[in-house]
Amino acid sequence: MGFLSEKEDISLVLCGEAGQGIQTVEAILAQAIKQSGYHIFSTKEYMSRVRGGQNSTEIRVSSHRVASYVNRIDILLALSSGAIKHLKDRISDDTLIIGDPEHLKTVKEEGLLGKITQNTDNFIEIPLMETAQDIGGLIFTNVIAAGFISRILNIPKEIFDGLISDMFTRKGSQILENDLKAGEAGYRIGHELMESKSELIQISLSGQSKVRDELLINGTDAIGFGCLAGNCKFMSSYPMTPSTPLQRFLAGNAHEFELVYEQAEDEIAAINIALGASYAGARSIVATSGSGFALMEEAVGLAGMIETPLVIYIAQRPGPAVGLPTRTSQEDLNLALYSGPGEFPRIIFAPGKLEDAFILTQKAFNLAEKYQIPVFVLSDQYFVDCYYNLPSLPLEDVKNEDYLVKTTPEYQRYLITHDGITPRGIPGYGDGLVVVDSDEHDEEGHITENLNIRTKMVDKRLKKIKQIKKDAISPELVGPEDYQELVVGWGSTYWPIREALENILESDKEKKISFLHMKQLYPFHKSVVEYLERAEDVIIFENNAQGQLANLIKLETGLEIQEKVLKYNGMPFSVEEVEENLKKFMGLENDDTLSVREVSS
Amino acid sequence: MKPKDFDMPDADVAWCPGCGNLAILRSLKTALAELEIPPQDLVFVSGIGQAGKLPHYIKGNVFNGLHGRSLSPATGIKAVNPELTVIDVSGDGCMYGEGGNHFIHTIRRNPNITNLVHNNMVYGLTKGQASPTSQKNFNTPLQVDGVFLEPFNPLAVAIALDASFVARAFSGNRKQTIEILKAAIKHKGYALVDIFQPCVTFNKVNTRNWFKEHTYYLEDDHDPSDRNLAFRRATETEEYPLGIFYTNPNKRTFEENLNVYYEDKTPLFQRKVNIQKIKALMETKR
Repeated sequence: MGFLSEKEDISLVLCGEAGQGIQTVEAILAQAIKQSGYHIFSTKEYMSRVRGGQNSTEIRVSSHRVASYVNRIDILLALSSGAIKHLKDRISDDTLIIGDPEHLKTVKEEGLLGKITQNTDNFIEIPLMETAQDIGGLIFTNVIAAGFISRILNIPKEIFDGLISDMFTRKGSQILENDLKAGEAGYRIGHELMESKSELIQISLSGQSKVRDELLINGTDAIGFGCLAGNCKFMSSYPMTPSTPLQRFLAGNAHEFELVYEQAEDEIAAINIALGASYAGARSIVATSGSGFALMEEAVGLAGMIETPLVIYIAQRPGPAVGLPTRTSQEDLNLALYSGPGEFPRIIFAPGKLEDAFILTQKAFNLAEKYQIPVFVLSDQYFVDCYYNLPSLPLEDVKNEDYLVKTTPEYQRYLITHDGITPRGIPGYGDGLVVVDSDEHDEEGHITENLNIRTKMVDKRLKKIKQIKKDAISPELVGPEDYQELVVGWGSTYWPIREALENILESDKEKKISFLHMKQLYPFHKSVVEYLERAEDVIIFENNAQGQLANLIKLETGLEIQEKVLKYNGMPFSVEEVEENLKKFMGLENDDTLSVREVSS
Repeated sequence: MKPKDFDMPDADVAWCPGCGNLAILRSLKTALAELEIPPQDLVFVSGIGQAGKLPHYIKGNVFNGLHGRSLSPATGIKAVNPELTVIDVSGDGCMYGEGGNHFIHTIRRNPNITNLVHNNMVYGLTKGQASPTSQKNFNTPLQVDGVFLEPFNPLAVAIALDASFVARAFSGNRKQTIEILKAAIKHKGYALVDIFQPCVTFNKVNTRNWFKEHTYYLEDDHDPSDRNLAFRRATETEEYPLGIFYTNPNKRTFEENLNVYYEDKTPLFQRKVNIQKIKALMETKR
């Protein structure tokens, strides 16, 4: 029946237990796919454990650019007994299920097979474990599986072998030899299957040579490159999923880029160390997640009071408290927006695509320096773990202004100026003294309880907002300018919404619907209200339960968004889910649900 | 240099007449003058409390941050610019209570900073509650049945953690305090000086005379390299020894451990972005 034969966009899902080496399969396949000239996207969902459980990685292989999560599974490689059960809601009659007899056994025995899919033809057993034992142990299962998939995807064997060599050479010649054998065996099994079931597996992907030279990075990498480009010189942080990968990125590149990474004893120390570093002149960042950031809040107020620049990276996950450590959410906009006592300016960015993650992070460092304020970069588990290929990052556009001044003996750290911005001196650079105080202070920086000075200092700090708004980043409009209906999203929902919208526009080019993606959440760019006012109907998608951005939009613009699609089970929006909701919103499908949709699948 | 080179003539000092802080301030100015450290090279870091106000009364750069957190910014400042002399000024509540975790881990980290802790065994700024070093049976408006928690022993904790310099002074003894402060500031590595001081308003038990009667100086032949001995002396609480209990000059400092300074001593703020290096790193992702 050749169910894959027409496909130029394949969703391949690998599922197994933690500790089985799925990440190795993912790493090999991702590179192999790109080097073969196919476009690639990958995303993973995993449990908060080091061994066991069920983790899966979705890899989309396509003839055109892909950058978002889809719910459907075209090929499922089940590497554990629990894999099929774990993914049963995403398996359809069109899903090709492949696995070792041992792993497929329980599903058969429990009679689940018929319930999950009627199409037992698509159920293919391959001898992964037996073959692995022959080579030297079950440890080789993952490389055999990678070889098998590579063969099905028509990836040239020399590309695959090259990657295996890159990955395993450092582990010694014996291990490398066995892994090459494992890959070979995987190719052989794949080849035999394609010969015997040629009607089932015919993939018509077309590769393009230029894809081979593109970047293949994830959200963390893009933000990390943004840090380097923004001249980040200091990070102190405390490990917390999903912010830890950025900590690893900067720690791993600390030598080459002359920066300090220090793992603090807790988040409170982390942010206070970073503020000391920034006071002394190093561009500084802290990375954390929900509860970790809650511990940092006190010092966000300190940054506001002493007007000391700081970039605060929050990789969001579902809360409250510990919540779901390895899942995704957009629940901490309010936390970032209202963190810290008192009133002071701040900026909040939420990139949705890799280029933006790079540009906005680099800008975050400059704006923090320019306005001497905390600047937030909000990402989430889905965003940081997503990989896709893209031509490049705009490194040539990087500009770093130097806002530090050499002090004179008369220097006053909080001299009142027309725009609230005092040129920033640092200790040990010039003949002046740099005094900062968490108490209300005078122009010199010394403690005061003079209430007139107090008022002047509050005004000074808040006056900066006027300038900050002028520097605000415009939202991105996708779709026709003369839209009647408008979809709003922020952060990592960018690609799923965009792909769903493009699918709809492709089927009917006359549709007057567009997508407004907000990447600066505070303060808003002035065009936000104009875009919203032009729409007859607006719908917003958010990965939280209360519509935090919708509420902020109402507060800032007075405009109420009636239609909200809110998902907060810890998984990202899939393209299908967005498309379905958009079709209902547009009246293309019957809709008898309430105006607030709570998506749970 | 003279002590008056550190004067802040316009400062509106908020301490009570007779406060031990005034004596500590005078001793600190003298020590810094004798060490010839210009105010521009000094950073005083503090938290919140009566001691935390000291940086406003002495000439230098100042980072007066949050309650209990002073060691953290002090660490960051020194890491970014090791040429600065960083002196953390804190009190018993700020350092040993709110900042207890930072106290422990800063000792482990061993930045080359001096940590002065004004220890009057009571909370002054919040008007007379127990501090972590308050002695048992000390009555306050909050500890109405008297303190029953074991007093925190900062010196024993620091020596247990192999802090590189551990001393105790008494604000009433100017001459010895100046010498201890000079040794602490000159010392390479984290240096703790716990300074006994009377609180004339809120501590009517541990008064100036009480401290005089309950302290004595370590013998001239005390060996500060003997850690076990130092620990034992730190646990004496009938009468409290004063002086330099313990030094370990062989520990590498936090800054020395930072790779950024292995070959190049330039402070971090003077180092610029290297776009070519970023480009090269990006190439590895193709």
